[in-house]
Amino acid sequence: MFAPRPDIRPATVEVFVEGRPVLVPEGASAAAAVLLAGLPAIRETPVGGAPRLPYCMMGICFDCLAEIDGVANRQACMVTVEPGMRIAAQRGARQARPGTAPEVAA
Amino acid sequence: MKTYDLAITGAGPAGMAAAVEAASLGLSVLVIDEQPAPGGQVFRAVEAAGADPALAGEFLDAGGALARGFRAARGIDYSPRSTLWHMDLVTGVISVLRDGASEEIQVSRLLLATGAQERPVPIPGWTLPGVMGAGAAQILLKTAGAVPQGPLVLAGQGPLTWLLAVQLLRAGAGPMTLLETGGKGALWDAFRAGGLWTGRRLLTKGVSLVREAKRRGLRIVRGVRDLRAEGEGRVQRVRWAGGEIACDTLLLHEGVIPSTHVSRALGLEHHWDEAQRCWRPALDEWGATSHDLVAVAGDGGGIGGWEAATATGRIAALDAARRLGRLSAEEAARRAAPHRAQLAAALALRPFLDRLYAPAPEVLVPKDDATIVCRCEEITAGQVRQAARLGATGPNQAKAYLRTGMGPCQGRMCGNTVAAIIAAERGISVEEAGALRPRAPFKPLTVGELAALPPEEVG
Repeated sequence: MFAPRPDIRPATVEVFVEGRPVLVPEGASAAAAVLLAGLPAIRETPVGGAPRLPYCMMGICFDCLAEIDGVANRQACMVTVEPGMRIAAQRGARQARPGTAPEVAA
Repeated sequence: MKTYDLAITGAGPAGMAAAVEAASLGLSVLVIDEQPAPGGQVFRAVEAAGADPALAGEFLDAGGALARGFRAARGIDYSPRSTLWHMDLVTGVISVLRDGASEEIQVSRLLLATGAQERPVPIPGWTLPGVMGAGAAQILLKTAGAVPQGPLVLAGQGPLTWLLAVQLLRAGAGPMTLLETGGKGALWDAFRAGGLWTGRRLLTKGVSLVREAKRRGLRIVRGVRDLRAEGEGRVQRVRWAGGEIACDTLLLHEGVIPSTHVSRALGLEHHWDEAQRCWRPALDEWGATSHDLVAVAGDGGGIGGWEAATATGRIAALDAARRLGRLSAEEAARRAAPHRAQLAAALALRPFLDRLYAPAPEVLVPKDDATIVCRCEEITAGQVRQAARLGATGPNQAKAYLRTGMGPCQGRMCGNTVAAIIAAERGISVEEAGALRPRAPFKPLTVGELAALPPEEVG
């Protein structure tokens, strides 16, 4: 679990993590917002459904893939927060056509 | 199509220094960087983090000065939040993704200043939420001022572990334990590498960090082997041979390796560096690669730290100017001399550090068959060993057997581990097993981002 230090970096940008409002400092990434919100997982893997949180925070590991403002599979650590941004966990594989069930791995 | 003399990918120390030098020589310069602000990883968000006392020292002083110099320089087109995803090595046209659309740009020369990534540390349980790279926690501190709460374990070795411990303790992180994984006798072996006198300034800096960490209450366990992270749904404890400790966050670090994803994707010649246990592109003394249009500067050409990176950046910029006819060979050599001296001084301590912090064998080749190696496709060490027994001769063949390296990270996390496991299983060298050969796009992009190329540039 990560905590902010508002005395050093004021939390001024309001984003919504899984629908819940969270205040984060300007310049922070969407992945940081997820960690500050205390979400148990930012994604569930397409292969085994395992929970993951960001691992590298620098665009290497792709373990922070999330749905940001309705766009699936975005690297949350590479997206800077904007006011009103909506960040949701990426659960399993992205649906090719919304409304259809994702293909289940054998 | 826009045209530039020199495109630089990466706005860290090497990229910033190269851009400033090249622009001062009259070259038109484009700097492409994925981050929203200059600094690279070592000086990440240095402009925004200026008031954080936890980061006081070299980060704010040297990093701040580099970023100010970069911002003040004239003649640099700086393109943040941009990703290089392809280069046509015949025409010199690069493809860049920014603001959700692709653009093609004609360049006379490309300088890769892509820096370093943390060496992946594939221990059992490293995919559990709450386990991260040490560098990840440092990035959270720099970009968001955030610190881990609750019992914190830092496991591994290397200069960054001490720097991070100090920064996090200054910032008020919870009770912290360092599980140092260095082998017995590494220090004596390291002394034999020499370079201590020339590198004494860096050495003194390191010693003072160790002292400050201890003074601030860091608990240290030495000689740790066979680490594993355990927990239900997230990490709750760390075990090692002869010990166990509860934790809320586990930060792993076994040094950094060059980010060679793009240089390998471009098919440039690379060598296996046995001292640093990583691939590095073959470079001449100017940073020129095996291809005429492409150069490499900074940690992406071999780990040397930020001071070495600025020197190699300036040297590569001088070479670009010479190749474009803006500097004579004599003048380039004359101007490069002080940067070469700076480079030699910055690298003096490197052999000592490489020996002192050589990763343990089980970090390079996980012993436990159940350990996940490929985080994207969830492939274990045991599966890779089996593929090797079935005939996979290296990481490129293993893709067909297992999909290792075919997930979204394109093998950035598993490539070296897969090669090392196959090499060990087949009794060959890692060099013989080979490096994973990525393909463009260097990062996944959407069909929409590709389709948004300006119409006149398609086809």
